[in-house]
Amino acid sequence: MKSHVWRPLFVVLGLVAGILLFRAYYVPGTFGSGEYGFMYSYHNKENLEYWKNQPVRYRDTGKQKMHEYCGECHAEEVEVRTEDMHGIIACENCHGPALKHPDEPHMLFVDRGRDVCLRCHTQLPYTTSERKRIPGIDSNEHNPGLACVDCHNPHNPRLEDM
Amino acid sequence: MKRRDFMKSTIIAIAGASVPLSALEFIDPKEVLAANPEIHWAFLINTYTCVGCGFCVKACKTENDVPFEANVSRTWVERYVYTKDDRRYIDSPQAALYGFTESKIDLGARLGFKEIDPDNVGKAFFVPKLCNHCAAPSCTQVCPVGATYKTDDGVVLVDRSWCIGCGYCIMACPFGARYFHPVHHVADKCTFCYHRITKGLETACVNACPFGARKMCNIRDINDPITKIILNDRVGVLKDEFGTKPQAFYIGLASEVR
Amino acid sequence: MVEQVMTVHGELWTVKELFVLPNEYVYWSIQIVMYPFMTGLVAGAFVLSSLYHVFGVKQLKEIARFSLVFSFALLPVAMMPLLLHLAQPFRGFHVLMTPHFTSAISAFGIVFMAYACIVASELWFEYRKHFVLTTQGLAARSARSGFDTLRMHFFKILTLGAMDISEEAVAKDHKAVKKLAMLGIPVACFLHGYAGFIFGSVKANALWMTPLMPVIFICSAVVSGIALCIVCYVVTMEIRKFMAKRKISRWAADKTAPTVTELNSAQQQEIGIVSNYLLYFMIAALTLEILDLIFRGYTQVKSWDILREVIMERDFTKIFIMQYAIGNALPFLMMVLPGRTVRRTTIAACLVIFGVFMMRWNVVIGGQAFSLSFAGFMHYHLPILPTTWETFREGLAGALTVMATPFVIFWFLNKIFPAFLEERKIEKA
Repeated sequence: MKSHVWRPLFVVLGLVAGILLFRAYYVPGTFGSGEYGFMYSYHNKENLEYWKNQPVRYRDTGKQKMHEYCGECHAEEVEVRTEDMHGIIACENCHGPALKHPDEPHMLFVDRGRDVCLRCHTQLPYTTSERKRIPGIDSNEHNPGLACVDCHNPHNPRLEDM
Repeated sequence: MKRRDFMKSTIIAIAGASVPLSALEFIDPKEVLAANPEIHWAFLINTYTCVGCGFCVKACKTENDVPFEANVSRTWVERYVYTKDDRRYIDSPQAALYGFTESKIDLGARLGFKEIDPDNVGKAFFVPKLCNHCAAPSCTQVCPVGATYKTDDGVVLVDRSWCIGCGYCIMACPFGARYFHPVHHVADKCTFCYHRITKGLETACVNACPFGARKMCNIRDINDPITKIILNDRVGVLKDEFGTKPQAFYIGLASEVR
Repeated sequence: MVEQVMTVHGELWTVKELFVLPNEYVYWSIQIVMYPFMTGLVAGAFVLSSLYHVFGVKQLKEIARFSLVFSFALLPVAMMPLLLHLAQPFRGFHVLMTPHFTSAISAFGIVFMAYACIVASELWFEYRKHFVLTTQGLAARSARSGFDTLRMHFFKILTLGAMDISEEAVAKDHKAVKKLAMLGIPVACFLHGYAGFIFGSVKANALWMTPLMPVIFICSAVVSGIALCIVCYVVTMEIRKFMAKRKISRWAADKTAPTVTELNSAQQQEIGIVSNYLLYFMIAALTLEILDLIFRGYTQVKSWDILREVIMERDFTKIFIMQYAIGNALPFLMMVLPGRTVRRTTIAACLVIFGVFMMRWNVVIGGQAFSLSFAGFMHYHLPILPTTWETFREGLAGALTVMATPFVIFWFLNKIFPAFLEERKIEKA
């Protein structure tokens, strides 16, 4: 069947072959479907490592495990802190993420700003939420300009002990 | 995830785990996870205990390198305020990165802030949100190049080296969990802190929450106390009408929470 | 609280109102309006040319060639808005590398390539004789300039070595054109129908999600394609008439060149028949669009409250005035009222193109005018001045570039595939 009619087809076939060749070279062999099938989990399986290898910045494990990481060195502190009302707050929420601490950053940056305290202690009239149990202030009225930690001890916030 | 499926996997898990059950407690969580392929991560959010402090958002942005000044976030907290004359106000200023330090409601650039008379406030509550890591995620379904996917342990991730940035997944997500990363210029989303949970740690947001409003569990492990809550209590999910089968379960949802 | 130093993609042109989720922005902006608009023109132009080749609508002979070349000129432009829109444009070819077929977009690479191959092959068969004649004509010249030699070789490559222009061979060409045109119609419809599917299948978007979307898109695509062909055809004919009157270029030397009266009558005839087809497709498109609207209003599902506010209030002018009244009703009347002239049809066609553009706008931007929370709205502000790459590619300048490109390409293509070849052959005979 020798006819010029097929010539464009040969060009197209050549093009397709070219693309397939390039594809074989370019696409990593680790592409495939996972447990959730082609529809939901078609991907490059190597990418999992990328996400697994992200740095862990926050090392503390919160109240649930009694500030495990921080307690390794600051055992005494942690023991005292977990007793009081602010013991439910993870150390790193105010002291900053402990990544590479104590090796590289010997001191962590401690957030002593008013805004940290105001996250919970802004007066909001929401009686149906947990907010009702937290003492709140109006930031514009309550000693504006001063840092909370000037008067209050964040580790022992009991007003009787002030 | 259907209740029946839970039961089925539950029975299998009991049969399989009954012998070494006591031994498991002393094993490093890492090894448990490695030895147990039956992992499916799920999230539990209690809207009753959330106070909107936003420590979770801060922790998430820090842990996962999402710039603070970028107005997108992998997780966020919404505030719902209903007045006694039945008006509803919702906001989430800067995704609640700095919490809710104003009683005024943020109504957007056009309308500014609105002060609500404290005596007029009826019910008000906070709802933390994040990617639901759906069992049938519409976002991974629509990715044209296979750059976003569901891992075998049930987490939805994005391949930053392969994403073309078409935004189809962002459009397909009914929950607004995705956005373009301002630095990497690819789709970005909550990873359930994959680097942490695979090492036996909790996610950054769970870790940072002082009130236990956020919890995480392996929903295939029926001995996990959080799994027990999901299985035994009345929990809901967001927007189930889309059929994506969200894996973030909520205690105390209201119909206005969408 | 913190100084805004990092703008997120979408933030530049989105203004939020009431409660909008933190990550929500108008992510699909002007280029995604341009994309279905341009593919629509491609598909429409091709369907018009196929009317002649497949269904043998003889009166369309002249415009058929024209629209085929024009459809080829539009092809790369259908891809352009997508590439400009991508956050990672250099990875665009991943769509061909690892196509994830459960995504409507993944088909783009393959369908688009297939369609491009069909149109290119059809053009090749249509113009093979012309290539051969040009090559032979240039080869026969005793003294050739360097440019002409280059041209000769270029045309020689274009012939793909098929130099046979016997009547038999040319008849085969014609047969192939017909077959390709037949194959091309479903592929063109698929190319555009799936553009509708891209939107219609987004279940998260209350406005987009309807199975009617692909059909609506095809109909409006054909409408816009035909309308654009009318406008372009009239414009080129006017230029030719002007040149014929002033005896410029061909008309200066060539006595057999068509006269103004001949051109006029040809134009009259072509436009008359084409505008009828335009009317049929307009009726189909409009019916479906209105049906969709009525259905939403009648069923009143959860999303209707917010959709109603967007459609009936916030976007009322854009939808009912600009799209339906100016873009549909007015041109429809202009074309059905008795005493239709070429000029009136041309103005009507321009309005139709505008109407279809507004329809794309109202679907794409309108679909993002409300929050997923159903409790807030987003306003889109098209970036006008291209101060940065971002405001260029996702702004007015980028859209205008996309719009102007097909005409530039057409100008070049016209040198290779002269769109008005038919008449020249008559001259030679």
